[in-house]
Amino acid sequence: MAITLFGDHAIASPPLSSRLTPAQIWGIVLLAPYFLVFLAFVVYPVCYGLWLARDPANYVALYNDPIFARAAVNTLIFLVIGINIKMLIALFLSGFFVQQRTWIKWLSVIFILPWAVPSIPTILSVRFMLNPEWGMVNHLIFSFTGDDGPNWLNDPTVALTMAIAVHIWKSLPFWTLILITGRLAISHDLFEAAEVDGASWWQKFRYITWPSMQTLYVTCTLLSMIWTLGDFNSVYLLTGGGPADLTHVLSTLGIRYLRLDQLSLAMASIVCAMPFVLPLVYFMMKRLSR
Amino acid sequence: MKLPTLREVATEAKLLLIGIPVFIWTMVPIYHMFLFAISPKEDAFSGKLWPDHPTLHNFSIVFNQQHYFLRDFYIQFWNSVVIAASVGALTLFIATAAAFSISRLKVPGGRVVMNLALFTYFIPAAFLAVPMYRTMGNYGLLNNHWSLILAMVTIASPYAIWVLKQASDKLPVELDEAAVMDGATTLQIFRLVYLPLMMPSLVAIGTYAVLLAWNEYLYAFLLLSNDREITLPVALGNFLAADDSPWELLMTTGFIYALPPAAIYYAFRRYMVGGLTAGAVKS
Repeated sequence: MAITLFGDHAIASPPLSSRLTPAQIWGIVLLAPYFLVFLAFVVYPVCYGLWLARDPANYVALYNDPIFARAAVNTLIFLVIGINIKMLIALFLSGFFVQQRTWIKWLSVIFILPWAVPSIPTILSVRFMLNPEWGMVNHLIFSFTGDDGPNWLNDPTVALTMAIAVHIWKSLPFWTLILITGRLAISHDLFEAAEVDGASWWQKFRYITWPSMQTLYVTCTLLSMIWTLGDFNSVYLLTGGGPADLTHVLSTLGIRYLRLDQLSLAMASIVCAMPFVLPLVYFMMKRLSR
Repeated sequence: MKLPTLREVATEAKLLLIGIPVFIWTMVPIYHMFLFAISPKEDAFSGKLWPDHPTLHNFSIVFNQQHYFLRDFYIQFWNSVVIAASVGALTLFIATAAAFSISRLKVPGGRVVMNLALFTYFIPAAFLAVPMYRTMGNYGLLNNHWSLILAMVTIASPYAIWVLKQASDKLPVELDEAAVMDGATTLQIFRLVYLPLMMPSLVAIGTYAVLLAWNEYLYAFLLLSNDREITLPVALGNFLAADDSPWELLMTTGFIYALPPAAIYYAFRRYMVGGLTAGAVKS
C-alpha cells in the first residue's frame, strides 16, 4: 500500500528537490530557523492563548470586573493624551535639535540617555523621588513653600499622570530622533527660498516642514500607539497598578490576572484590545511593506 | 571677533530656554539614581541635592555582596551577560540567514515569512508575554535560561530581519552574479560576499538585540524565579519586596546595571542611529 502510494506520488510530480535550484534549497534551509521560532513561540502561544480565552464567560467576568473597565479607560487616556503630548513635544524638540550649535549637539548626546538605559533603575528612581515623606520632590516643595507636597502615587489621577510622564521620559528620545531624521530629509533650498521671501517661523513650519513630515508623523503616532499598548514598565514599576488597582492599563492588567493564576481572564483582557490593535497593525504593515 | 547682535543674543536665549529644561528633564531620574549610589542612607533620605558625605561605601557593599538582597549579585550579573550575549548571537544568526534567504536568494514564500515577521514586530510585547509564559511552561522551560533567551530572540528577530532585509536589498545584485560566474557556491557567497558587506548593519542589529535582552524586565520576571537563575533587573525588582527596602543599595546596583548598556550604546552609536532609525519607520 505504502509502496503504491509512493509510486503514484513519484509519477504525479517529481521529487521536490529536483524542481528547486540549489540556491532555493539553501534559501529554505536558511529561512527555517526563523520559521521554526515563529511557529514555536508566536503561532503556538497565540493559538493556545486564544483557545484559553474562548469561553464567553471570561468576557462576562471581565465586563463585571470594575478593574477591567478602569484599565480600559486608563489605556485610552494613555493613548489619546499621553501619545499626542509625547509626539507634539518630539516634533517640537526635533526642530530644536536640528539647530547648528555645538552645545545642542552635546545636549542631543545626553538626551538619548533615557532610551539607552534600562527602565527598572530609572523608573524606580522616579518612584522614590515621588515618595511623599522621603522623596526629593516633596523635600524641594517643602523648602520652597513650607507646605507638604502632594502624596503623588496615592491619588489615582496623579499617579496615572506620573506614569504617563515616565512613559514620555523614556520614549521621547527615540521619537525625537526619528523626527529629526525626517526634518533633515527636507531640502534646505526650500527654507532658503522662504527666508528670501521673508517667511515667518510659523509660515516655514506650516508650509514647508509640516507638509513634508505629515506622513512620517502619522506613522510614528500609530506605531507609538501599538508600542505604548505593550508598555508594561512605566505603570508597573511606578505604581504597581495601585492605589487600589486604579492605575492599571491593559498590559499590566493581563499580567495581574496571570499572577493571580487567572490565565483565561488574562488572555481575554488582551483579546479585548485586539479590535483596536489589529486595524493599527494592518495599517502599519501596509505602510511598511509597500 | 565681532560682537553678537541683539537678534543673535535673543535667538540664543530662546534656545537656552528650551535647552535647559530639556537637560533637567532628561537628567533628573538618572542623577537621582547616582545621588543615591554615592549617599549614605541618612543623606539619601534627607532629600538633599548633594550628600554631605559622599561615599563609595554602597559600591563596596554591592561588590562584596554584603547584604541579604545581594547574596547572588555576581551570578545574577553573569546571568544577564550570558543571556544578552546569547540573544545577540542567536538573533544575528537567525535574522542574517533569513534576510539573506529572502532578499538575495528570493526563496519562494520569503515575502510571506517577511510579513509574518513584521506582524510579530507589531504585537505589543506585554500582550505576547501572557501566552508566552504558559507556552514556556508547556515546553518545560520555565526557570531555565533558554526560556528567556528564546523569548527575547522571538521578539528581537522580526525587527532584525526587517532591518537586515532593507539593507540587503540595497546591495547590488551584480555582486552575487559575478560570484556565481566565478563558481562560488551559495554558502561561499553568503560568507565571502554578503557578510562582509553587511557588517555595519550586523553591528547595529547585534547591539540592538543585546541591549533589548539586557534591559528586559517583564519577560525575565515572568520566566525566571529562582534566585540563582534570575537576571539583574529581576533581582532589582525583588528589592521592593521588603518593607524596609535598602534603596541606596537598590540604586547603586541599578546604576551598575545601567552602565553597560549606556557604554555599549555610545560605543556603537554611529551604527545604531543610522541602522535602526532607518528601519523603524520608512519615510
